[in-house]
Amino acid sequence: MNKSFSNHHALKDINIQFNKGETTVILGPSGSGKSTLLRCINLLEIPQTGTLEIDSFKIDFTQKLSQKDKLLIRQNTAMVFQSFNLFPHMTVLENVIEGPITVLKKDKSSMIHIGEQLLEKVGLLHKKDSYPSQLSGGQQQRVAIARALAMEPKFLLFDEPTSALDPELEGEVLKVLKALAEEQKSMIIVTHNLNFARVAADRILFLENGEILFDGRTDEFFNNTENERIISFIQSMQFI
Amino acid sequence: MSRELEIVLNSIWPVLKAGLAVTIPLSLISFAIALVIAVITALVKLSNFKILKLIFSTYVWIFRGTPLLVQLFLVFYGLPKAGVTLDPWTAAIITFSLNTGAYASESIRASILSIPKGQWEAAESLGMTYWQVLRRVIAPQTVRISLPPVTNDFIDLVKGTSLAASITIAEMFMIGQQIVAFTYEPLAIYALVAVIYLMFVSILTFIQGRLEKVASKYI
Repeated sequence: MNKSFSNHHALKDINIQFNKGETTVILGPSGSGKSTLLRCINLLEIPQTGTLEIDSFKIDFTQKLSQKDKLLIRQNTAMVFQSFNLFPHMTVLENVIEGPITVLKKDKSSMIHIGEQLLEKVGLLHKKDSYPSQLSGGQQQRVAIARALAMEPKFLLFDEPTSALDPELEGEVLKVLKALAEEQKSMIIVTHNLNFARVAADRILFLENGEILFDGRTDEFFNNTENERIISFIQSMQFI
Repeated sequence: MSRELEIVLNSIWPVLKAGLAVTIPLSLISFAIALVIAVITALVKLSNFKILKLIFSTYVWIFRGTPLLVQLFLVFYGLPKAGVTLDPWTAAIITFSLNTGAYASESIRASILSIPKGQWEAAESLGMTYWQVLRRVIAPQTVRISLPPVTNDFIDLVKGTSLAASITIAEMFMIGQQIVAFTYEPLAIYALVAVIYLMFVSILTFIQGRLEKVASKYI
């Protein structure tokens, strides 16, 4: 796929396949196109050219997208945002079950049960009747993860999920992500946290200037001795 | 008892009665219609429909850009020349709702714009359609944010209904004028009229406070 913003060519002929049950971490310097790539998968950005396929379902971006295509893609790819974006007027539990009830037309009483299980999974069942404004950033992000899980998407997308959190709160969110990775959930995570990538990722994508510079297994990425650019990136990150 | 005091006391009920029978219903009916107009106008102006946007922007431009009194005269005294004769109440309701609708549409549009983009994105990424996002996510938050400015527009309308006197509607101000005409107590009577307006607006302000509390319970 290709994506441009006015004069800026953000993604250049990107061609990738994501596998089920795999945790992929996308790394790269700011402005490399990693968030754009993630947002294109969820159609929050629409690429100018290219195709997107999930299982046997395929859309072509040179054609006009129908609302039905959009919804189908989005229901299969749930997004967790850097700034959480919980719905402030809904309680924690209402946030979690909103998508399944409104979009998937699921039965409310059974969703309440599922929602409570998901909240238990992220350790926040006791906060189910609180409003987002009463939670810490880390707690809000864990609710956002539960909200994404409630849609039972084929892929979970994370756009810098811990960048707005201080290190202590970052830990509690990363722990949840790690647990999901161990459950073989299919996840694509954009992050700046190299340590997390090292322990949780099956696969690393390294992007720069809208191009994929590296696509391979995590240990290959960190033990890489040939690609100068990746070596200097890892060094600069570890210096921080 | 002084003469002035007696006149004022005797005038309270006639003025208040005009308020209850005319000012309040005229305000409520016009405001209800204005709200519908305002929501539609705000949504159109936030949409991508170029021609509709131009039409609604022109409407807001005209009704915010010309005096309410002139609008009332045009509709009630002017339109008959073009073959459209309206009774005073119809003319007043049309003018007041279009006028308040223009102002309130901007209050509502600003409120919608103040909701972070991330709210739209989060809702859309769940697969919600435009209308679902609007109904489930944007509208509840807009209600809270727009309460103060829209109440402001409503208060303006309540006071603006005094202009209906000029198109023969016997609302509070006109009753006041009539009492002044035969008692010649302009200071006392117009002060009485002002106090009753103030009372009505105070009730509105009180209701606004209660509504804000309810709408802000999640903050």
